[in-house]
Amino acid sequence: MATITDPVVRAHKREIIEKAVLRFCGDSGDGMQITGSQFTNTVALYGNDLATFPDYPAEIRAPAGTLPGVSGFQIQFSSSDVFTPGDSVDVLVAMNPAALKTNIKDLKMNGILIANSDAFTDNDLRKAQVTSNPLEDHSLDGYRLFSVGLERLTRAALQELGLDAKTMDRCKNFFALGMCYWLYNRTMDLTYKWIEDKFKTKPLLVEANKMAMRAGYNYCEATEAFQVSYEIPPAKLTPGTYRNLSGNQALAMGFVAASQKAGLPLFLGSYPITPASDILHELSMYKNFGVMTFQAEDEIAAITSAIGAAYSGALAMTTTSGPGMALKTEAMGLAIMVELPLVICDIQRGGPSTGLPTKTEQADLLQAMFGRNSEAPIPVLAPSTPGDCFWIAVEASRIALKYMIPVIILSDGYLANGAEPWRIPKVEDIPGIQVKFATDPVGFLPYKRDPQTLARPWAIPGTPGLEHRIGGIEKQDVTGNVNYEPMNHEKMVRIRAAKVEGIAQDIPEVVPAGDPDGDLLIVAWGSTYGAVTAGLKSARAKGHRIGHVHLRHLNPLPRNLGEVLGRYRQVLVPEMNMGQLLMLLRAKFLVDAQGYNKIQGQPFKQSEIEAKIEEILG
Amino acid sequence: MTTTSMPVLTKKDFQTDQEVRWCPGCGDYAILSAVQSVFPELGIPREKFVVISGIGCSSRFPYYMNTFGFHTIHGRGPAVATGVKITHPELEVWLATGDGDSLAIGGNHTIHMLRRNVGIKVLMFNNKIYGLTKGQYSPTSEFGKKTKSTPYGTADTPFNPLGLVIGANTSFVARSVDVFQQHLKDTLKKTAAHKGSAYVEILQNCNIFNDGAWFDLTEKDARVDHVVHLEHGKPLIYGKNRDKGIRLKGMELEVVHLGNGNGLTEKDLLVHDETNPNPAYAFLLAQMEDMPGFPTPIGVLRSWNRDRYEDIMSRQIQDVIGKRGPGDLSKLLNSGDTWEVR
Repeated sequence: MATITDPVVRAHKREIIEKAVLRFCGDSGDGMQITGSQFTNTVALYGNDLATFPDYPAEIRAPAGTLPGVSGFQIQFSSSDVFTPGDSVDVLVAMNPAALKTNIKDLKMNGILIANSDAFTDNDLRKAQVTSNPLEDHSLDGYRLFSVGLERLTRAALQELGLDAKTMDRCKNFFALGMCYWLYNRTMDLTYKWIEDKFKTKPLLVEANKMAMRAGYNYCEATEAFQVSYEIPPAKLTPGTYRNLSGNQALAMGFVAASQKAGLPLFLGSYPITPASDILHELSMYKNFGVMTFQAEDEIAAITSAIGAAYSGALAMTTTSGPGMALKTEAMGLAIMVELPLVICDIQRGGPSTGLPTKTEQADLLQAMFGRNSEAPIPVLAPSTPGDCFWIAVEASRIALKYMIPVIILSDGYLANGAEPWRIPKVEDIPGIQVKFATDPVGFLPYKRDPQTLARPWAIPGTPGLEHRIGGIEKQDVTGNVNYEPMNHEKMVRIRAAKVEGIAQDIPEVVPAGDPDGDLLIVAWGSTYGAVTAGLKSARAKGHRIGHVHLRHLNPLPRNLGEVLGRYRQVLVPEMNMGQLLMLLRAKFLVDAQGYNKIQGQPFKQSEIEAKIEEILG
Repeated sequence: MTTTSMPVLTKKDFQTDQEVRWCPGCGDYAILSAVQSVFPELGIPREKFVVISGIGCSSRFPYYMNTFGFHTIHGRGPAVATGVKITHPELEVWLATGDGDSLAIGGNHTIHMLRRNVGIKVLMFNNKIYGLTKGQYSPTSEFGKKTKSTPYGTADTPFNPLGLVIGANTSFVARSVDVFQQHLKDTLKKTAAHKGSAYVEILQNCNIFNDGAWFDLTEKDARVDHVVHLEHGKPLIYGKNRDKGIRLKGMELEVVHLGNGNGLTEKDLLVHDETNPNPAYAFLLAQMEDMPGFPTPIGVLRSWNRDRYEDIMSRQIQDVIGKRGPGDLSKLLNSGDTWEVR
């Protein structure tokens, strides 16, 4: 655990504020993600609540200085609860004209703009399709502009190290980071440690990056360019041990936890796809937990190998995004037919087709519900925050194993890459998962069901006396023999549906946040949690009676949802799609719910939710 | 294969109570019979067998085998089987598939499974047609063949299945024939003994949709002159009077007649070496079926050993456990930078 020393007292004014939104933006090659992550870790360790939003371009490295190449990292950190990465930005660090052009609209009036003046040459302006230099043409007069020559200053700071210009320039992001550490009175210990570790085979680079960061810090101190620095005290989080983690990391750890609790080896069949690949990377490092990660030749082999692993007694899972879900549908049907446990993770992204690989969306709900031939119901779960991804992984595994059924988790790019402080549970506080393989040949029949769960027995190959055949052809209940009889088919279709519906008895009822009844109920799911929670708070402060139900179980829906819907005069469903949960709610409950639909590859802002509530309730 | 102290198994132990529904006269009956005769002799407990299939007439196979069985989806058998082998490397996994299932929709999974050398034994029933869907052509149907979907003849040249899998560096490659019962059983025994991936093409007659596809090789009079038996360490010799043989001339194979006044004897013939690590040798043999005037080789074209994928994976896991100690969940959850809130 790192210790944080007290910030240095200085002559200028130090203002204590509640929260701040900081955004770094530059070329993909400028190290914006590293800079943002480092700042995040430092403020997290200091005790602020926070939420982050990394905004990547789709290309690996678009031509330097162009608009498609802009990469950004935003963090909101606070001494009170943080639900979103922030609607508008207090401090924008722009490394070049393209970054400035694409991001300036989000900077608050009179916000701080730190611009790298060395990157605003005529050539750079042309690449960004900008006709006049914004640093000189007074177009930025509404902001507090700090033009800083990052290349020049970084080179000056590193001159005694004897490095070439290109290497020195690559350290300029640490100069900018040092400036931000000064601005927010944070110490640089943690980042020093990170630099030492990351570049340990290149001591000269360790020195260069540390010096650059110190130089940035000292620049603010010495030049008195900034008259005010800010202090955001630690937040009052629930007591416990915390760590920072992203949604994908949390998902991976959740599955390891589930496999440990169930006493089963974990098998992941996966194929690289943005934004899910990190889960494969993460799990591939946990071999000492016995985790088997199989990078298959394609999405279909990824899921079918997982089905083979489930058949053989593993906790089996597969991870992907929208296009991969489309490829996996036939195999999902097979998993439903053979009634084996399997968890399928869809980290949703902008679509359709290749769509927007690095932008978030939540438009795969109907695909998850219905995207298979014939009647093929599957339970669907969705995490609400990065940390919740851990708990959803455990819950999905529990359901899959208990009911002998494939389960879909719908996460999204925003949750996957976004980070927040997470209260680490004690291992004993993670719910246990009971698993029982069939062993007794006496009375064994492959489709003889548990009367409560309707699950069939899990008889894995290698168990003497339990030899049997399963497959995708319709089968007779109980015996599992191939069967084409009309009444048997209807019976089996209804049993498969009843199995899913029965899960509703096994999941919590919903309790609305905010008011238990009143003018408006917001029903939402997935990563809209933050914006809705924040928006709800401010709307209720105005006196409206508003409730918020955030669904984690989308199929089956919680058993009291219909009753809850009826307690409010209006129902609003904000979604990053064209109204998919909206369609499901309207169809199932005959409720005249209305949608608020944003399909821009960007999460909802708190202000958008507030405005919509205002529009509805007047 | 060592025999363990377990009950002696018979053919009957591997027969299910399900009524076999292949068409009367189908070659699959013969294959089923051979497999059910060989499995009891392998000294492997019945519960260790897993018979997996894709979709097709071939893929009905698991329902008739009294073992663990999984009838999956079209073409995906190799991937499901890979998941089984990685999870439980000690299981005996066999895959029943066909020319369509393995080489059309399943082509990609086939070559990847084989290049990984996952220890799965593939029995590919090649009847050069799509039987279950009633008569369309397959990737092994001859050029110009008129079928339900190609009434004016196919426009594509077929795969050479064994050439293809040799290209994927398959460690065991063999061919047998449904009606050559003894040869089929012998080939199956050799297949069972091989540790890594095995790909066996079984020439099979679909008497309903492609009757006679292999009669050139299987009819009593034809077979002697059109088939050459490969036996490791023995010369490639065939013919009614054992007077025809195959010789390697540079990089080409040639058919030669012995004792024809040309002075050639058995000693001049190519001696089969199934362990030849160079896949080019087996590839040459695989080309013979497409070369006019040449016999079709049956038996084991290639049999050499390399590490199985599932063993490399499990060794890797054991190595990491050895280096880092068994996984500690609490340690994992608390990894990275943590801080206390009081």
